Amino acid sequence: MAELSYRDAVSRGIAQEMRRDPNLVFLGEDVAAAGGVFKTTVGLLDEFGPIRVRDTPISEQAILGAAAGAAMTGVPVIAEIMFSDFLAVCFDLVANEIAKLRYMTDGQVSLPIVIRTANGAGSRFGAQHSQSVENWCMMIPGLKVVAPSTPEDVIGLMAASVRDPDPVVFFEHKSLMATKATIPDGEIVDELGKARTLRAGTDITIVALALMVPRAMAAADRLAEQGISAEVIDLRTLVPLDTRTILHSVERTGRLATVEENPRLCGWGAEIASLVAHEAFWNLDAPIVRITTPHIPLPAANNLEDATIPSVDKIVDTIVSEWA
Amino acid sequence: MSELDLAGRVELLERMWLIRAFEEKVSELFARGQVVGLIHLGIGSEGSAVGVCSALRSDDYVFGNHRSHAHAIAKGADVDRLMAEIAGKASGYCKGKGGSMHIAAPEVGFVTATGVVGGNVALALGAALTSVTTQDNRVSVAFFGDGAGQSGSLHESLNLAALWKLPVVFVCENNGYAEFSPLSAHTVVERLTDYASVYSIPTVTVDGGDVMEVRRAAVSAVARARAGEGPMFIEVLTHRLRGHYEGDPAAYRELSEREEWTVRDPVARFRAELEGAGVAADTIAATEAAARSRIASAAESAVAAPGPDPEEATTDVYAV
Ligand SMILES: Cc1ncc(C[n+]2csc(CCOP(=O)(O)OP(=O)(O)O)c2C)c(N)n1
Repeated sequence: MAELSYRDAVSRGIAQEMRRDPNLVFLGEDVAAAGGVFKTTVGLLDEFGPIRVRDTPISEQAILGAAAGAAMTGVPVIAEIMFSDFLAVCFDLVANEIAKLRYMTDGQVSLPIVIRTANGAGSRFGAQHSQSVENWCMMIPGLKVVAPSTPEDVIGLMAASVRDPDPVVFFEHKSLMATKATIPDGEIVDELGKARTLRAGTDITIVALALMVPRAMAAADRLAEQGISAEVIDLRTLVPLDTRTILHSVERTGRLATVEENPRLCGWGAEIASLVAHEAFWNLDAPIVRITTPHIPLPAANNLEDATIPSVDKIVDTIVSEWA
Repeated sequence: MSELDLAGRVELLERMWLIRAFEEKVSELFARGQVVGLIHLGIGSEGSAVGVCSALRSDDYVFGNHRSHAHAIAKGADVDRLMAEIAGKASGYCKGKGGSMHIAAPEVGFVTATGVVGGNVALALGAALTSVTTQDNRVSVAFFGDGAGQSGSLHESLNLAALWKLPVVFVCENNGYAEFSPLSAHTVVERLTDYASVYSIPTVTVDGGDVMEVRRAAVSAVARARAGEGPMFIEVLTHRLRGHYEGDPAAYRELSEREEWTVRDPVARFRAELEGAGVAADTIAATEAAARSRIASAAESAVAAPGPDPEEATTDVYAV
C-alpha cells in the first residue's frame, strides 16, 4: 500500500503496462526528458529508454499518424496529446483514421492505441486549454472513451485501455492531478465499461464523471442533510457505457441527475437521459435533471470560470429546486 | 521609414521599456496570486516585437501566439486594458473572457492571439486575403516561435502565402526552446529559414538583441509585401529570460546561456547604444521611469478593478 497522487498514478500505470509488453511505445511532446508538462510521465524515459519513450515536435498530426501506423503494424502505442483541446488539431487522425480503420478494412487491422490527454477546467487557462471534450470522442463510432476520477482508476483503467485491442481516448483531469489516495501494491488491472456506485442512496441517482465525481459526492452529503438520499455513480468510461448500473439504480431511486463539465448541447448526459427516458420511463418519478456548464466556450477570469463549471452548490441547488 | 532619427529611436526605447515593465509587473502579480492562469512572458524578446511593429502602420494586422503581451503593446495596445484582461477583470480588453493567451486589441491592429501553437499563422493569411480583396494595402504579420515551425499549419500557410503572393510577413521568434526542450529535439533542420525557402519565400535572419536590425528587416519585408511582391519570412534570434511559463524554474536551461543572453538583453543594449549616440543620461533614465510608473498605475487599477459580472460568461457566444 502506498499513497499516490493522480499525477503519479499516470506514470505508474504506463510503467506497469510497458513492463508487461516490451513492444509498447509511448510518444508525446516533452513527455520523455521533461517528464510531461503536468509531470505525469516522470521516470519513464529512464526506465524504458529513448526507443520506447519518445519526445516529439509540436506536430500533433504526425504524433497520432505515427501511433496509428505503428499500431496497425504490430507496435501498440500510448500517445499523449498535451491538452485535450488540441485533439482538434489532429482530428482527422482521431475521427477518420484511428476510429474507422478497423471497420473500413472489415477487421483486417487493429489499432491498439491509447490517446492520453489532459482534460477539463479549473486552472483559469481560458477557452483553448480548459475544455471537457470527451463528447467529441464519444460521438464517433470506433473510439472508446475513458475518464478516471481517482488514482487507482487511473492505473486500472490505463491497463484496461492498453490491453484493449481498440483505440481508447483516455482523459486525465487537470484539476484532479493533486488528489491522493492509498493504492495497493502490485499490478492493478480494471475493466472498461464498468461504472462504480460510490454511494448508495434511495431517492435520486446522480451520475458523474471525472472532476464532477468528487463534487457529486460532496453534493450528496449536503443533500443528505436536507433529507434527500442520493446514490452516486462514477461512470468511469463513456464508451462502452455501463447502462445496467445506471438503469438498475434509477429503477430503485426513480430520479436521475447527470453532472457534466461539458457544455450543454450533446453532452453525454443527454445520451443517458435518452436511455433512461426510454428504458426506465415507468420508473421515473420526476423529470431528469442535467447539470452542465452552459453552452459556452470557457472564460479565463476566475469568477467567470467558477460561475460556469458545475459546483457543489450548483448541484445541490439545482436538485433541490427541481424537487417537486 | 527605415532610418529613424534620434528622437524616433528614443521612442522605440520607451516602447521596449513599457513592455519590459509590463511583463515584470505581470510576473510580480502572478507571484502574489493577483494574476493566475498560464502566463508566458516575452521578457528578452522586446527587440523583436518593437522592431517589427515599428515598421507597421497602425492599420496593419498582427496575429499573436501564446506569448504575445509584447506584440500587443508594440502594436499600440492600451496597457490598462491589457493588464486588466490578464488579471481577469471587467475592464480588460475582452472583459476577462480571453485571458493572457487570448488577448486582442483590434483597434490598433492587434487582431487576436491564440493558445494553439501554429494556429495563428493561417489567420494572418486570411487578413492578407482581405487586403488583396479590398485593395486596402494593409500588411499582415504572424508572430510564432521555433516550436511552431514543426506544425502542419505553418507549412500549409507558407505554401499558400507564396502561391497567392499574399502580403504577409512571417516572424519566427527563435528562442531556441519550445517549452522544456531545445530546438535540436524538434528538428534536424539547422536554419528555420529553410522552411520558407523551399516555398520560394525570401528570408532573413536577424539578431533579436538588436532592435534596429530587426526593424530594418521588417521595413523591407513590409515594403515588399505592400508593393504586392508577396510574403517574407524573418527569423529573429531571441531569448526568453524567464521560464516557459510563470512558475517554470527553467532547470533544463544552462545557466551560462542565460548569462550570455542577459548580456545581449535588447533593452539594455539599445539603451547603451543610445547613450553612445549622445542621448542625455536623464532622457534615457526617464524612459524607464515613465514606463515603470505607467505600468504601476495600470497594475494598481487592474488589481483594484472588479471582476466581470458573472452574466458576462454567457454573452458573445453568438452575434445574434
Ligand atoms: C497545438 C499545440 N500543441 C502544444 C501546445 C503546448 N505548448 C504551448 S507553448 C509550446 C511551445 C511553443 O514553442 P515555440 O513555438 O517555440 O514558442 P515559445 O513558447 O518558445 O515562445 C507548447 C508545446 C499548444 N499550445 N498547442
